Amino acid sequence: MEAEEKKAKEKKVRVPRQKMPEQGPKVRTHNFEEVPFGYTEETAMTEAKRCIQCKKPCCIEGCPVEVNIPAFVRLIAEGRFIEAARTIKETNSLPAVCGRVCPQEDQCEKFCVLGKKWEPVAIGRLERFAADYEREKGEMSIPEWAAPRGKRVAVVGAGPSGLTIAGDLVKLGYEVTIFEALHKAGGVLVYGIPEFRLPKRIVEAEVDYVKKMGVKIETNAVIGRIKTVDELFADGFAAVYLGVGAGAPVFMNVPGENLSGIYSANEYLTRSNLMKAYLFPEYDTPIVRGKNCAVIGGGNVAMDSVRTALRLGAENAYIIYRRTEVEMPARIEEVHHAKEEGVQFKLLTNPVEYIGDENGWVKGMRCQRMELGEPDESGRRRPVPLQGSEYVIDVDTVVVAVGTMANPIIPATTPGLEINRRGYLITKDETGKTSREGVYAGGDIVTGSATVILAMGAGKKAARAIHAYLSSG
Amino acid sequence: MNRIVEKTDLSENVVKMVIEAAAVAEKRRAGQFIVLRIDEKGERIPLTIVDSDKKKGTITIIFQVVGKTTAALAALRAGDCITDIQGPLGNPTEIENFGHVLCVGGGVGVGVIYPIAVALKEAGNRVTSIIGARTKDLLILEEEMKDASHKLVVATDDGSYGFHGFVSAVLQNLIDAKEKIDRVFAIGPVPMMRVICNVTRPYGIKTIVSLNPIMVDATGMCGACRVSVGGQTKFACVDGPEFNGHDVDFDLLMSRLRMYLCQEKEAMERYRCEHGG
Repeated sequence: MEAEEKKAKEKKVRVPRQKMPEQGPKVRTHNFEEVPFGYTEETAMTEAKRCIQCKKPCCIEGCPVEVNIPAFVRLIAEGRFIEAARTIKETNSLPAVCGRVCPQEDQCEKFCVLGKKWEPVAIGRLERFAADYEREKGEMSIPEWAAPRGKRVAVVGAGPSGLTIAGDLVKLGYEVTIFEALHKAGGVLVYGIPEFRLPKRIVEAEVDYVKKMGVKIETNAVIGRIKTVDELFADGFAAVYLGVGAGAPVFMNVPGENLSGIYSANEYLTRSNLMKAYLFPEYDTPIVRGKNCAVIGGGNVAMDSVRTALRLGAENAYIIYRRTEVEMPARIEEVHHAKEEGVQFKLLTNPVEYIGDENGWVKGMRCQRMELGEPDESGRRRPVPLQGSEYVIDVDTVVVAVGTMANPIIPATTPGLEINRRGYLITKDETGKTSREGVYAGGDIVTGSATVILAMGAGKKAARAIHAYLSSG
Repeated sequence: MNRIVEKTDLSENVVKMVIEAAAVAEKRRAGQFIVLRIDEKGERIPLTIVDSDKKKGTITIIFQVVGKTTAALAALRAGDCITDIQGPLGNPTEIENFGHVLCVGGGVGVGVIYPIAVALKEAGNRVTSIIGARTKDLLILEEEMKDASHKLVVATDDGSYGFHGFVSAVLQNLIDAKEKIDRVFAIGPVPMMRVICNVTRPYGIKTIVSLNPIMVDATGMCGACRVSVGGQTKFACVDGPEFNGHDVDFDLLMSRLRMYLCQEKEAMERYRCEHGG
């Protein structure tokens, strides 16, 4: 490292990474408001000034959508917040979302040079600050885009991946229509991630931004039912991008799993988030407000579910996970928040049977204790049941959050589209090219359940590939 | 937004609506359904498409007022709009020339069996239909079913019209009269479908039922509509809604349909307080 950079670094590290104030655990478990409040202008500038502006920034490499991180951080340090937001938006159409839900600790911040010895720059919090500042000041700008090319692209699914590719293709001069199955655009951002982690007005604002760029969004349009992929081509679309998500829930085939009171995480979260069942009866969709709620799984979706259960009034909210905390796929921050809020973690535990009452309602869950054996194909140590360790927990609500699988509607209605043995679409390489000419895919329908940002990255790469494909012919 | 073109009361609590939904009308086939959401605060409810008019770009639905959402829907008039209509959803009915088919409809289920009878007749089947209701005033689509069938038998539980008794008794009589029946389609309240399946099972007559569990997204995403068929969990929205009735666990269907009874009552009472009646 150059001497100058080293000196700068020494100076910066005296300032600690700035904390983001948040609602206290006792208060926030009684509301659905967002947990952190975000940086003030002052703290944002203080934090941004910690960045040493590396000549060869590693952080950008950690960002699937290639945000020019040092540039926007510098602009924040200089108090040029609107310009900072616009810099982010050059490559990222959903900055307020990413600033909140990206696992920065595994991406940009993981590569931050400061993090090697001290704490990395809080890139995520700064991204959130800049995006919020621009939105709250009402200064959302629409970027310049290329002249119309007279070619239409259909995007299936208005989730993170579809919104990203649509934004990128519109900027390149294509006419883009997104077909969304549900009544609202946003995908997992509206049905999956709870209000307390990602307020829906923020998603709406970012979807509006994509619309203002010129993207058409048709809701209530289930491709495969109302129109097939082939019919989209017949309608004059020159290319089709499939970003439909991995929207089918996995159940565990445990006896009693269909008892009343047992939900998939998809259903539980969709009721609460998309349908606003937490506001029942003001909103019409009901949800069970259990006293003793067990959530099966150790990922972010499990944490979202269990924290929703607490907010719906659960006295006992459990995470039931068959491995230990070390193997949990959830972000550390989510686990930390859940613990603060009083979630009880029952680790090395697995359900083996649900017990129902005379009305078909779940009243208990027979569990088995586990121990860790040899590593499995995922590299994590395989949980092995301990014989004779079964016991019963009283529960009246259960949420199964053990992952998702591919929704079959598109492959079943699109001849020639190759899928793997788990039902996910096979793409040739990073471009998202499928076995069908002109059909590209990305996000969870290709990778299986992953993150918002990876789906966005896939959309970005496919945008380039579709542009190349449509420019060559 | 989808405009209501026409609204007719078919009986006390049963309403027929013709709604603008051109793309759905274009695509829909017998046995498929829509999900509808009345307004921004509304819940998503599945309703079978009874009929469609491609030229006018409309679909027809028939529903019974059973809770807040259907009460609010019934309160709308021609010219009003429904915020969201998603469809067509679910697999279409498997239609072939089976020979002699029996279409059995009970209550508001007659609306669901009607398009299937039409399609079966068009495919060359000899269609015998049995439709029933608690009492004469609740009977719907008699004329339409007459047109869609070669023979129609009407039954009322109280004997106020047609055969005095359940549709299942009419079916049993036909079987006893040695009528050759190649396939039965039975749609109506869960207890009715269960009884019909019990009648046909000993004779090995394949019996198709259409299930109406609670749904949310209705595209296979949530699993609210899971039913047990032949010991396997199926999603009615994407694997159904029609299944081989002899394999269906009707007890599970019944208990899952009761999951929100308390909330449904609360919502209905609140609605009545706000709107009178």
